[in-house]
Amino acid sequence: MSDKKEIDDISGVETTGHEWDGIKELNNPLPRWWLWTFYGTVAWAIVYVILFPAIPLLNGATPGILGYSSRGELAKEVAAADEAKAEFVTKIEATDVTEILGDSDLTRFAVQGGKSAYKVYCSQCHGAGAEGASGYPNLNDDDWLWGGTVDEIYTTIAHGVRYEADDDTRASEMPAFGDILETADIRATADFVASLSGIEHDAAHVETGKAVYEENCASCHGDSGEGIRELGAPKLNDALWLYGGTVDEIATQIAKPKHGMMPAWQARLGDATVKQLAIYVHSLGGGE
Amino acid sequence: MKNLGWTIVLGLAALAAVLAAAFGQDQLYQTHAWILAGVTAIGAIIMLRQVGVAGEGPGDKTGYMDDPIRYGVILTTFWGVVGFLVGVVAALQLAFPELNIEPYLNFGRVRPLHTSAVIFAFGGTALITSSLYVVQRTCQTRVLSDNLTWFVFWGYQLFIVLAATGYLLGSTQGREYAEPEWYVDLWLTIVWVGYLVLFMGTLIKRKEPHIYVANWFYLAFIFTIALLHVVNNLSMPVSLLGSKSYSAFAGVQDALTQWWYGHNAVGFFLTAGFLGMMYYFMPKQANRPVYSYRLSIIHFWSLIFMYIWAGPHHLHYTALPDWAQTLGMVFSIMLWMPSWGGMINGLMTLSGAWDKIRTDPIIRMMVIAVAFYGMSTFEGPMMSIKAVNGLSHYTDWTIGHVHSGALGWVGMISFGMVYFLVPRLWNRKQLYSLRMVNWHFWLATLGIVVYAAVMWVSGITQGLMWREYDAEGFLVYSFAESVAALKPYYILRAIGGAMYLAGGLVMAYNVWMTIKGKTRDEKPIVVAHAASAQPAE
Repeated sequence: MSDKKEIDDISGVETTGHEWDGIKELNNPLPRWWLWTFYGTVAWAIVYVILFPAIPLLNGATPGILGYSSRGELAKEVAAADEAKAEFVTKIEATDVTEILGDSDLTRFAVQGGKSAYKVYCSQCHGAGAEGASGYPNLNDDDWLWGGTVDEIYTTIAHGVRYEADDDTRASEMPAFGDILETADIRATADFVASLSGIEHDAAHVETGKAVYEENCASCHGDSGEGIRELGAPKLNDALWLYGGTVDEIATQIAKPKHGMMPAWQARLGDATVKQLAIYVHSLGGGE
Repeated sequence: MKNLGWTIVLGLAALAAVLAAAFGQDQLYQTHAWILAGVTAIGAIIMLRQVGVAGEGPGDKTGYMDDPIRYGVILTTFWGVVGFLVGVVAALQLAFPELNIEPYLNFGRVRPLHTSAVIFAFGGTALITSSLYVVQRTCQTRVLSDNLTWFVFWGYQLFIVLAATGYLLGSTQGREYAEPEWYVDLWLTIVWVGYLVLFMGTLIKRKEPHIYVANWFYLAFIFTIALLHVVNNLSMPVSLLGSKSYSAFAGVQDALTQWWYGHNAVGFFLTAGFLGMMYYFMPKQANRPVYSYRLSIIHFWSLIFMYIWAGPHHLHYTALPDWAQTLGMVFSIMLWMPSWGGMINGLMTLSGAWDKIRTDPIIRMMVIAVAFYGMSTFEGPMMSIKAVNGLSHYTDWTIGHVHSGALGWVGMISFGMVYFLVPRLWNRKQLYSLRMVNWHFWLATLGIVVYAAVMWVSGITQGLMWREYDAEGFLVYSFAESVAALKPYYILRAIGGAMYLAGGLVMAYNVWMTIKGKTRDEKPIVVAHAASAQPAE
């Protein structure tokens, strides 16, 4: 390195006289716009620090002269949102779910609220369009396990299905017929059940299957497979199947039934939201 | 026998590793111990046979220690390609969830593999390599100790291997950008302190009266990373023979420690370190003096002072106390100009040599790097503003921001460094192909533009969907709906990443052929001045 300052030919600016591995430095001043913008950000920072909570002290921190706190802001926003909805929510709380349907403004509000809550709490199992999935009922159709009036839907949502922590939960349990019947009989029963809704099956087994069905299944599912809602026993004579509608799948369900579970939402979401959910589900198309 | 000491040390390390493998209490720990045993045993055998794989260069004549730098350039290129490839895989996994291969290649493991491969394997190797080259040249002296240099160099590579295998095997302490478990952290601490001693020692024995600005940045990077790494990884292992540990901090203190580290990994690893790289290679390649000495001093000290406070802006609107959020935000805003000081000094260094942007694709690469640096260091302070952060936080906007910094700034300046060094380190007259550098430039630049633009759109879409209320005051979208809406952007993002990866492969081929001493038969890149001087009308 040489300590000889020189003038750079191209820019006409003096160098600092330092040199490292051929690299020299020009002695240009700080660009003014850079410096003033830097000062500007510092000044802005000082103002912001005065206005908002900023400097930590032994106990707590300076509160800032605006009295801002992010928790306070959140509480305010939530309160404002609650306030805006208060009129309808209070009405919904005070009104029986069946009567809400008679009030078009209240229904419109409840459908929107129910839709929003549905997306957060229900769509994971029942699907974003309430189309259901294997083991999770479709809510758009008129095939209801526990009833499709708004009141029945409300009860199902409020107390859940096979949800032990709720004493009023919907409960039903089909025995595992694999422990009770011969495999051939189960197969024959499945063929008979399939025949009720025209599913492809082995016609030779239908007679045997019918006999087994009448003895073991009809008490819950009805003589013609029409289902009994009070017992939560599904309809077997339509094209809608919770666990699959092939003979194989029906036979599996007879031998070793799967039982779905739905949480009780009343305690978690509150009555108003559960009512809104019921109205929304009822509005999807299958409501009775 | 020259390498006897190393052979004994590595042999003993291999023995210790085998014992650790035998007595390890969980599968992860045992696997890592076996890897360690394998690596140290291979190292011992290589030392025993005294095999020189790097080839001979002009290093002996200059008196500088360039062997690890040659390895470093090759490994930088290699880790770059690996990191970009894993990134493309992760991007495709987000677009097509079927590509998650359980358990080793699910997104949860591939993602930290990608981030660490790019930041620590690619970026870290580039920084160690370039810093050793730069500190020797600008101090006119050989490194403090050859043995220490080899230890730091291979020790760091061992850290990379342990970290990467750990991710795939499911070892994590759950801290972003610091996922490796306690024993890997301890190893990195030893290596890093060695690096600090090596770098400072070399500075101390310099033959120049002043320390060049690039070295200030490198030193700030090495020193601060040591501090950040140690504090962030303070934890208590469950057992000395097991892989699990628990953090010394809990709750919001833990979160703040994590982001104090995480943000300064960006500040001191990806900014300060690479500014050091820029301050050497840009003036060298342009053959022009640095624009302003005064600016370099002011922006260095202001950057170093401001950056360390900015971490809390990662925790806006969380349980973090308001005062800490405020400070994180105002320091981030004040950081804007100190960051831009580096951009000004880089770009203005070209004054008097602007024509090189047309004629020299390596300069073009460095210029676009500095341009992306400027863009993302403006975007960063903007995103730290709480009102903006309320929209951008937790969305893809953040991912886009990180990538315009990582792909644009860190990647491009490192590519420039590699292209600068390869002919010099292997004593070749020129690169295999300058036109391929040009191809790399355009593939990478267009890849970044696609990536960043797509992530802006997707991030803002996400942010707006999450806060969309209907007339009755209810949220309109579920989270899953916002995910479904992003699918086209995720596919486009993977395409942008694939372009960047393709550029990396072009570079790898170019580097390889240059090392082999080949020159591609191609037309030179010269723009005819007479033609460009014609009026456009």
